[in-house]
Amino acid sequence: MTKNVDLTADLGFLKLRNPVLAASGTFGYGLEFEPYLDLEKLGGFVVKGLYFKPKEGNPPPRLVETASGLINAIGLQGVGVEAFSEKVLPKLRRFKTAVIVNVCGADDDEYAAVIEYLDKQEGIAAYELNISCPNVKAEGLCPALSPRTTFDLVKRLKAASRRPLITKLSPNVTSIVEIAKAAEEAGTDAIALVNTFLAMALDLETRRPKLGNVFGGLSGPAIKPIALRMVYQVASQVRVPVIGLGGIRTGTDALEFLVAGAAAVEVGTANFVDPDAAVRIVREVERWCEAHGVSEIREIVGTVMVS
Amino acid sequence: MTIDRNARLREIRNWDDYFHWTIDSPEVGREARPGQFVMVKVADGPLPLLRRPLSVHDAGRSGIELFFKVAGLGTEILSGKKPGDTLDLIGPLGKGFSLSGGMKGKRAFCVGGGRGIAPLYFLARELGAREVRTTVFYGGRRLADIPLRDKFEKAGIELLCSTDDGSHGFAGFVTELVGRELVRTTPDIIYACGPDAMMKSLAALAAKRGVPAELSLESMMGCGIGACWGCVHRIKNESGDGWTKICEEGPVFPGDRILWPE
Repeated sequence: MTKNVDLTADLGFLKLRNPVLAASGTFGYGLEFEPYLDLEKLGGFVVKGLYFKPKEGNPPPRLVETASGLINAIGLQGVGVEAFSEKVLPKLRRFKTAVIVNVCGADDDEYAAVIEYLDKQEGIAAYELNISCPNVKAEGLCPALSPRTTFDLVKRLKAASRRPLITKLSPNVTSIVEIAKAAEEAGTDAIALVNTFLAMALDLETRRPKLGNVFGGLSGPAIKPIALRMVYQVASQVRVPVIGLGGIRTGTDALEFLVAGAAAVEVGTANFVDPDAAVRIVREVERWCEAHGVSEIREIVGTVMVS
Repeated sequence: MTIDRNARLREIRNWDDYFHWTIDSPEVGREARPGQFVMVKVADGPLPLLRRPLSVHDAGRSGIELFFKVAGLGTEILSGKKPGDTLDLIGPLGKGFSLSGGMKGKRAFCVGGGRGIAPLYFLARELGAREVRTTVFYGGRRLADIPLRDKFEKAGIELLCSTDDGSHGFAGFVTELVGRELVRTTPDIIYACGPDAMMKSLAALAAKRGVPAELSLESMMGCGIGACWGCVHRIKNESGDGWTKICEEGPVFPGDRILWPE
């Protein structure tokens, strides 16, 4: 017996078919996944972070598997805005799904240049600002590390962009709420959290770091409880919609983030394990709603009961 | 490329740390070409999290064969699977060795080091079918590291073995054995799979003799489908000497395009 569950998620500036997006850096440019799932069954997807020019990335090894997790130090290797706009975006426009572009920059000017270029292209639903990638050199230093730098960057880009901005936060901060509030004050349309946790792995026998870049970002089920805590904290303190991510692997995980206050979620590392993970999660969310008499997924957002 | 969640492990052969699996997976079997690989799920839960890339050892209408060595937690868990168990595979993935119909009468060397022998059985069989005269060089540290000798011999594939400790065949590295044969015979192509050190010296040997080489690189992989950019190697191409994804552009690359770390 299948009842109809309304899965649409409303971010205000963007209506999604369902609340499940594929996360940047784990879904390539989307097309890589076409053989394995129907892209139109997703709420949408966030393409791999784009700098203005092609980015070379870090020397290997770039990946280390840890207990229920993965540390990556890819270094945001990518094709740059021009190749993306000319070769990838026209193919993505064929799909009726929200394509969100993750925007990177080595400095504020580069972020602005990426947005200026992409603003002239069609077929993009929103920008996700990657102010939080810990792989960029200088020991993970990035705008996301202070409320001031977050505010300045978001304010500048909000004024420059014709599209909605989702600011993606780093969890590697003392107070995630402070940073979220700074982004909100600067005019961000939504907040996504969390990016990866700065991490390290070493080889005991050689006593060397396992990653070419020494440090990397930890993702996967290992980080889920911390991500969930941060999403709960932020969602209860800001008015803009929150997109929750960090270790989501099942429908249950996704629903927990929604209950904690996220209006939508992103599935990341799970896409590597099962290329069709995101659509499986949509199905699992739908089944749970059916079984629990939830007719609209929006009803459960932020319903966590903390006495 | 497909996800087969109902592949069935039909038969297991085992020598110490080495395992040979025969798997029912018709769709993957029909599609697979020599040099391609599959991503095998290790556990249903999140530990260990990632799939493991394994070369297709042979393929046909009913499915594929895999050959692997226990080398860590993932392969350790895989080694505990039993006949009849269900497997979850993605494949076939990557670009394999180049094979063409116009190779009849040519001469090929296939060089495998340790578990790197895995893709070369399928390749040697396909070369044989194209009437390419093929010699397989199979090297390992000791006799126990070259367990597939009989399989090649039974299939009538010309085989030369080497062991580092001299316990079987030529005493020394397989690359030295190849070097000796190259004095007598100049093949039209050398195919290889094995540890990086072996491949690097083989690439140099092939270049010195002016023989084209195709080398299958090994790497840990996050996804196997080109999405994570985790398995890169420096490869010379039209747009420069960038980090190139082994899973998508490889795992097989021309020897003269592979740049090795100092």
